[in-house]
Amino acid sequence: MELVKDLPEVFEEFAEQRKNSFLAVKELKDQGVPVIGVYCTYFPQEIVMAMGAATVSLCSTSDETVAAAEKTLPKNLCPLIKSSYGFGETDKCPYFYFSDLVVGETTCDGKKKMYEYMADFKPVYVMELPNRQSEMGLKLFREEMIRFKEYLEKMFNREITEDAIRDAIKTNNAARRALRGLYEVMRSDPTPISGHDLFKVLYGSTFKFDRAKIPAEIDEVVQQIKDDEAKGNERKSKPRILITGCPIGGATEKVIKIIEDRGAVVVTYENCTGAKAIDKLVDEEEEDVYLALAKRYLEIGCSVMTPNPHRYELLGRLIDEYQVEGVVEVILQACHTYNVESGKVRDFVKNEKNIPYISVETDYSSADVGQLDTRLSAFIEML
Amino acid sequence: MYYVGIDIGSTASKVVVLGEKEEAFVLPTGWNSKETAGLIKKRLQGAAISLAEGKAKVVATGYGRVAVDYADAIITEITCHGRGGFELAGADCAIIDVGGQDTKFIVIENGVVGDFVMNDKCSAGTGKFLEVMANRLGITFEELFALAEGGEVLPISSLCTVFAESEIINHIGNGKKREDIAAGIVDSVAGKVSQLVRSAQLPEKVILTGGLSDNEYFVQCLGAKLEHKVQATEKGRYAGALGAALLAKEKKRLGI
Repeated sequence: MELVKDLPEVFEEFAEQRKNSFLAVKELKDQGVPVIGVYCTYFPQEIVMAMGAATVSLCSTSDETVAAAEKTLPKNLCPLIKSSYGFGETDKCPYFYFSDLVVGETTCDGKKKMYEYMADFKPVYVMELPNRQSEMGLKLFREEMIRFKEYLEKMFNREITEDAIRDAIKTNNAARRALRGLYEVMRSDPTPISGHDLFKVLYGSTFKFDRAKIPAEIDEVVQQIKDDEAKGNERKSKPRILITGCPIGGATEKVIKIIEDRGAVVVTYENCTGAKAIDKLVDEEEEDVYLALAKRYLEIGCSVMTPNPHRYELLGRLIDEYQVEGVVEVILQACHTYNVESGKVRDFVKNEKNIPYISVETDYSSADVGQLDTRLSAFIEML
Repeated sequence: MYYVGIDIGSTASKVVVLGEKEEAFVLPTGWNSKETAGLIKKRLQGAAISLAEGKAKVVATGYGRVAVDYADAIITEITCHGRGGFELAGADCAIIDVGGQDTKFIVIENGVVGDFVMNDKCSAGTGKFLEVMANRLGITFEELFALAEGGEVLPISSLCTVFAESEIINHIGNGKKREDIAAGIVDSVAGKVSQLVRSAQLPEKVILTGGLSDNEYFVQCLGAKLEHKVQATEKGRYAGALGAALLAKEKKRLGI
């Protein structure tokens, strides 16, 4: 008999997924499956999937190794970069340890320069990501897809066929559709689950190595949420918050926690842990698979792009669809691109969408929890 | 019914009572906010203001707000200052609050907080900066401002309180005039506070609240930096407590 877990248990399981997959990654290695460590939403997972390899996100989320990283990197640098480098350098992250290759992109200045140091102790491959979503940029990125594919073929002595890439595109699109179906449950008012629980599933699902299994698993969670909602759970209508800005997770979940402890609910995430990574599908009809991938990934609205129209498009759409009442932008300390862009985002949210906006700058320490609490509480009191 | 607003700041605690009896007093916060909250309770009872159930509504604010265990509600200092500042200004306005450990810029639109900014993780541009520097010169707050008025600004380039203090020690060592150093200190704080303010958002009326709110010299320095008139408020240090008391009276949704 299959035991049906209740929702809180399901959410906790996802929250623990990162840790629980430590063993899974070792098993993959034992079976001879190559593991590719990645840092960014711009990374074309499909190429790696087509090779029968696994990808794992290496973005670190705790301040445990920041001090170690500061021996090499400047103190005044984004905590995500410092922490990620630190986990690699001190060999404290099992995913980093088991990665045969680490792939980065020329995204922000901090990351691309950090990779130069990382290459001293790990095989690192850096894809060239254009700064601009132009025709020339698309051409370059398409060529980068091919160059990366050829690099993988040579390094692992395997062939990556276009048919295999096409299959991977379909598999990954299905996973994205399922995840979108999950976060769309938050359109209801009151929301059927908390924003923190939603986050746990979104974040945890990135540590599921078999992307083909995601749809069934997520659909089941969604069904359970809907059944629960139909039974009439006791959640109340609360001020509805959208989180945008830098990637969050681990230490920075403090922001979600404070917002929800103070009586509001995070209805959607526009950042890399949320809609930004999932919203758009790769065109399955496009004959040129490399062009299809380049198009889809280049369209991601990250602040490293200039100008960055897709961010406002997605932000505006989410604000409308999720009846957002306030936008909280989370900026990691010393993240120049998001920090500079925050002025334009503020204008867009306040003047075009006519709802309040606040930006908070934070890092992976817990030193600012008191200050964050005062700012976010005051923001929620405004709504 | 009494409506009691208690604002426990990092340096001073302010209390405003509205309703049957009106009262306002201030006392130093000291090192223990819980003890201060107890002292306030005693003092209110001494003034025959009962805090018994059904006789009073208490709202606590300020960084020590959670220490007031007899409060009916806890509201952040932003919302309370906004409400109190609006009352003092009598119209939509911008409020600049220079507190003991933080500085706030609050924009009031249609009587409620429309936007706000607070200083980040740094004491430059707060009362704490002035306190440290006055101590270094061996003078009181009042003396610092009196000296500054007769001095020529000696620029203090460092924004960090600790580094600025060593800069001042250097100035003293080089035999610079105390008046000029004092003027430099006040100028530095006014400069840092003005950086927090979003000039584009300044409405016609701008008021200063907090411990320096009735300090004409500081108000002038700040006005010069902002190139915009800043209005001193006589009771500005009570803005947070006043707002808390008013919210105690008005806030039905808090269930109080």
